[in-house]
Amino acid sequence: MLLGALFPLLLFVFPLWKITLEAPQYPTPLGMYIYINDFADANPHDIKNINLMNHYVGMKYIPDAIPEFKIFPLGIIITSVLGLLIGFKGNYKWFLGWFVLMLLLSSAGLYDFYLWEHDYGYDLDPKAIMKFTNPDGSVMGFQPPLFGSKDILNFRAHSYPQTGAYCLALGMALGFLAFLVGKREKKQAK
Amino acid sequence: MKKFSYLLMSIMGLALISSCNNQSKGAANGALSSSAAEKVYVAPGEHDEYYAFISGGFSGQLSVYGLPSGRLFKVIPVFSQDAEKAWGYNEETKPMLNTSHGFVPWDDAHHPDISQTNGELDGRFVFINGNNTPRIAKIDLTTFETTEIIEVPNSAGNHSSSFVTENTEYVVAGTRFSVPVPQRDMPIKDYKGNFKGALSFISVDPEEGHMDIKFQLLMPGFDYDLSHPGRGKSHGWFFFTTYNTEEASSLLEVNASQNDKDFIAAVNWKKIEEYVNNGGGTKMPANYAHNVYDDETHTATSTMKKEVLVVNPSDVPGAVYFLPTPKSPHGCDVDPSGEYIVGNGKLSADLTVHSFTKMLAAIDGKKFDGEAYGIPILKFEDVLAGTVKSGGLGPLHSEFDAEGNAYTTFFISSEVVKWKLGTWEVVDRQPCYYSVGHLMIPGGNSRKPFGKYVVAMNKITKDRYLPTGPEVTQSAQLYDISGEKMELLLDFPTIGEPHYAAGIAADIVKARSRKIFNLTENKHKYAATSDADVRIERNGKEVHIYMTMIRSHFNPDNIEGIKVGDKVYFHVTNLEQDYDVPHGVSMIGANTSELLIMPGQTETFVWEPKQVGVWPFYCTDFCSALHQEMQGYVRVSPADSDLDLSWSLGD
Repeated sequence: MLLGALFPLLLFVFPLWKITLEAPQYPTPLGMYIYINDFADANPHDIKNINLMNHYVGMKYIPDAIPEFKIFPLGIIITSVLGLLIGFKGNYKWFLGWFVLMLLLSSAGLYDFYLWEHDYGYDLDPKAIMKFTNPDGSVMGFQPPLFGSKDILNFRAHSYPQTGAYCLALGMALGFLAFLVGKREKKQAK
Repeated sequence: MKKFSYLLMSIMGLALISSCNNQSKGAANGALSSSAAEKVYVAPGEHDEYYAFISGGFSGQLSVYGLPSGRLFKVIPVFSQDAEKAWGYNEETKPMLNTSHGFVPWDDAHHPDISQTNGELDGRFVFINGNNTPRIAKIDLTTFETTEIIEVPNSAGNHSSSFVTENTEYVVAGTRFSVPVPQRDMPIKDYKGNFKGALSFISVDPEEGHMDIKFQLLMPGFDYDLSHPGRGKSHGWFFFTTYNTEEASSLLEVNASQNDKDFIAAVNWKKIEEYVNNGGGTKMPANYAHNVYDDETHTATSTMKKEVLVVNPSDVPGAVYFLPTPKSPHGCDVDPSGEYIVGNGKLSADLTVHSFTKMLAAIDGKKFDGEAYGIPILKFEDVLAGTVKSGGLGPLHSEFDAEGNAYTTFFISSEVVKWKLGTWEVVDRQPCYYSVGHLMIPGGNSRKPFGKYVVAMNKITKDRYLPTGPEVTQSAQLYDISGEKMELLLDFPTIGEPHYAAGIAADIVKARSRKIFNLTENKHKYAATSDADVRIERNGKEVHIYMTMIRSHFNPDNIEGIKVGDKVYFHVTNLEQDYDVPHGVSMIGANTSELLIMPGQTETFVWEPKQVGVWPFYCTDFCSALHQEMQGYVRVSPADSDLDLSWSLGD
């Protein structure tokens, strides 16, 4: 359980997610890492170049900072400390509680990420240089996928979790495992 | 029976195939077997195996080719103005073409050589000489741009240049024409005994690569034609071919061709280096330009140097010897081991090869055959290693592979001849189309040649390509030398006159090639590295515009308050930080070239508006789907107008 509570802290070291944009004229694809507290270039100047590309269709610049960069790290620290306390206290039922809490918070995080992506892809400048519509006449959006790959105009966009996300998942899995082990031990003790 | 007929058919098939092969080989004028096409074919998107840096001759530039494809990648402006790249037109690079004679917009670029470490090519720099107004240029292979040019005083016809020593300690520049030193008003007929031939040893800073004339050796008034460094055992020596040892000053084609033998001058530069390091030599007043381009200020500066250290060879006993060599030798080439020094006697049928070991023995034994101006002449027989009896005519230049073979061009008989070092036997010969001058094997002037191809550079092409009026293309030819016999693979056109070339494995160079200049490292005096820096300042009639460019607009793009008679400096910074997104800019009526600005770079052009009106400027290098929209206007008011300066974007 202690290990489980520590793993999510690796989010401060490793990126959570990565969005990659491939196109023929980018033999080295453009890419952006999403950290718990930052956006980072996959290769130097990638975010600047993504912004330059996206301004043609009226998308906003990727901000230097978003409120989540303050909230998420705090959430991770609090839940990790909580996990450690629970780990020391040692009641396996609490382990489950921690796991469920983490599950809820992670889902909320993912939903928040989706909302941001949607806004980024759909809230377009009305003076956009190029305006595209879907076959049904509605305004075309440029939302990158939450998970997976998708064609957006001349780009193929990929969105996949990175080491940080796997650490978080591993930590949660360890928490759940600790609960199961604890439960079995309790049973055997009976 | 059926089996038999199959067999018969397959035999006939084989016969057909082989007769096809014979036919194609038999057609001497270059109808080639299909395997030759495969050998030079580099599929779309794939890279060549070698870079070839081929001199542009009287174009003054240096061209960059890929081998084996023969594709041209870039023409690097060196000694001549280039309106395409604003070289010598923009304010930043004008100082690069400054000399003691003022701004010289052209030169005759001759012999590129690549920097070396431990006798092997290191791919950092290419050096090339300007023959006409003596200069040595250095091209940085991270940017493929000329970053330094040094003028060579006391020199004229800077031809036996710009070859580097084994660790790029020196790049050497020898004069072809001897001249009065110092220059003075005197009768031409008094040439003999009075003119001098300066051989300049230019030190190269091991870190930054900056060039500085360490010393000039003032030799007798011969013509110094070509040179090469010793290597390995002969490291520390430099060898120069001479002609006109007759010291004629008129009708040289006859009067300089009378002596049966001229000389190869062997210079022990380590000895002279030691001499000058201990205070030897004479400081002589001089006036020569040293021009340096900085990648962070994106600007060149020109400094006039006022002094040069000269050394009289007779003051350093044991430093210089003459090796008699028949007949007006041109190329002076040293094999990869450093043992053999090849004199390519251009008016002879044979090649003379001297032995470095025998030369040292002859010096030790003091077996001299007289002296010239105090310089000992060694006995021809004592230094001779062997003679290549080729039957060709007019040997010019030899390069080497890694297997102990040499390859020599013969200008008059128009061929490349392959021969063996040590046995001096001719192994193969292939015709050139036509009148080949120099040749190049990548790494051929080093301890470690990449002996896969030889490039022959021809002086005449006549019917080899589609005609283009009286002036036809210059040309090179590529031969495969990986087998016992050479095989002609490819003809390809070149720029100017391809005098000479240097080649290197692409892997050594390409990973270090820069993609962009970082805006954060831009130290240009007039840079605007963000839109916040954009402004216009007036200082009397001088107006400085701090402008930015990014896909796809200029900032500002509307400018008012300029007046007739103003001198307007457009300082334009490309804010892009993406690979291969340069922008250009040009102004209607500007008496200069466009600017072509790389990402992160700042360049400046000057516009002196002469007419009232509203005048457009625009981006000249297609940059994006909105390139055609990348434009702006400048309002020019009468000289006495009191309209204040104003500027805007997007209002």
